[in-house]
Amino acid sequence: MISLRRFVSLLVAATVVLLATAARAQLTIEIIGGGGTTIPIAIVPFAGEATYPYPLTEIVAADLQRSGLFRLVDSSGVNPRPVRTEDVRVGDWTARGADAVTVGSVTPQGDGRVEVRFFLVDTVKATQLAGYSYVVAPNQFRATAHQMADVIYEKLTGDRGVFSTRIAYITKQGPRYELLVADADGYNPQGIVASNEPLLSPSWSPDGTRIAYVSLENRKPVVYIQSLTTGKRQLLANFRGSNSAPNWAPDGRKLAVTLSLDGGSHIFLINPDGTGAQRVMNSPGIDTEANFSPDGQAMLFTSDRGGGPQIYRYTFGSGTVERMTFEGNYNVSPRYLPDGKGFVFVRREGGRFNLAIEDFATRQVQVLTQGELDESPSVAPNGKLILYASEVGGRGILAAVSSDGRVKQRLTAAASDVREPAWGPLTK
Amino acid sequence: MSKYHWMSSRPAIWTGIALAVLLVGCQQNPPAEKSATVEERNVAAGTTPGASTSGTTAGNVAGTQTGQGNPLHDPRSILSKRSVFFDYDSYAIKDDYRPLIDAHAKYLQNNRSARMTIQGNCDERGSREYNIALGQRRADAVKRMMLLDGATDQQIETVSFGKEKPRNAGHDETAWAENRRDDFVYAGE
Repeated sequence: MISLRRFVSLLVAATVVLLATAARAQLTIEIIGGGGTTIPIAIVPFAGEATYPYPLTEIVAADLQRSGLFRLVDSSGVNPRPVRTEDVRVGDWTARGADAVTVGSVTPQGDGRVEVRFFLVDTVKATQLAGYSYVVAPNQFRATAHQMADVIYEKLTGDRGVFSTRIAYITKQGPRYELLVADADGYNPQGIVASNEPLLSPSWSPDGTRIAYVSLENRKPVVYIQSLTTGKRQLLANFRGSNSAPNWAPDGRKLAVTLSLDGGSHIFLINPDGTGAQRVMNSPGIDTEANFSPDGQAMLFTSDRGGGPQIYRYTFGSGTVERMTFEGNYNVSPRYLPDGKGFVFVRREGGRFNLAIEDFATRQVQVLTQGELDESPSVAPNGKLILYASEVGGRGILAAVSSDGRVKQRLTAAASDVREPAWGPLTK
Repeated sequence: MSKYHWMSSRPAIWTGIALAVLLVGCQQNPPAEKSATVEERNVAAGTTPGASTSGTTAGNVAGTQTGQGNPLHDPRSILSKRSVFFDYDSYAIKDDYRPLIDAHAKYLQNNRSARMTIQGNCDERGSREYNIALGQRRADAVKRMMLLDGATDQQIETVSFGKEKPRNAGHDETAWAENRRDDFVYAGE
């Protein structure tokens, strides 16, 4: 049972507001470093799209360009404009250096909805790679554009696209903190919680309907779970002392949390309704930042049992603990890659904090970022991009780096410090 | 209380009331003041702790109506000093602070109904969650020392703010040193 020993009146001590939908300044995402090889693609504006205020093909193009893996080829000046696969003269496009071209159309259905058709053609092999039709209301154009970008990305790179996912993050503006969820391109930020006391450590449930987070509104760290569909929140952990570092198990049935009720900081498993807290390991000192493996059989965590913070792996079946990091004296914040083959983490070297990636098989470590104070990595569900928090000119920003270190993005919000990103799951 | 539907946009106050309704039945403490951190270290340390046997249960009183003679708020008393500072990466208690810690422990020993929270803090560098744990270590270290000095376990809760509540918002060693600290807050403050 949870005992709420120190419940402080919300009305007096801190103003915590559970928000529904509210307009916010969006996250602006810019590419500041390109990948090596890019795929040249031409995106021909769809027939009929100009009559709608939602720029369908512009969104597709922006998605692909932002991934750092595509280079846009000029699509103007081909007459007549191709609309279907059979209209495409591949010679027009290979002459411009495009390896692929998308064409399509937008046709009203008479009931207010429209049919969006699009085709992806490999101009080198002169074959159609994809053809899709979507019947949607015009206000679903952004979502439709992201779906098309996902198809193009998947057909041409072999990896799943993440353009239809969402990201959570925390902003700080003066004394005010806010947890927000936006589309992966930074649009449509929705306020989830606002508070006059710090919020941190958002963690998405595997089905994307709930977020666990830590709040200091009670003058101690307490973990809450909030539903994104109903807006309601419930307490997950408010035991004596500090409660923090929530991480959902991949089956959604449990969370790992760090509790100090036993003295020190230790990792417990707990049910989403806050019952059944069970300590995982018998160890002295600090264990925290639990991160479940994609198959749920193990978890990475940070521990100072070796003298300073290092990353270890606990296997649930056998109960064995294995140390994973050996370079330097400060390695923290482990996050599994979705394919389970390695993990991203933060290491301190020469006073700077940077992201690094380690492969389980080779145990090799590659440093991915070059900032001064990089922290809080979150891996995209396709494993290709890593969001993290950083600092530029004394201001908190988010940044993203590709898993090979080459593509770099910067994400900023006007007039706010941004921190604590969490990439949401793939939508089914 | 008016029924509140989450999806309507306005006012924060109704959300707060609805939340209070949602969490009704939980024990409530007296409303706390906004600022948790009290004083600083420049108060003269000369005098002996006023850890008196006067039976002042200052810890349980909201506000300061017993201000007069309350050693916790007497600037001449070591008890009005509430912070212990730490080296980088460390939770070791420096000798300089032992008299302060001992004084608060003796106060707790002599005032069995007094309750204190030790809040552990870190400077801005490094993982937020690891810093929650390190701040917790700092708070637990001082609590352990106070228990040896006569305080009881029930009288002291330890929590951590990690790096979230710096006293000094600067980005240099001076600021960092001021932020690596434990603060002692008595119940009702």
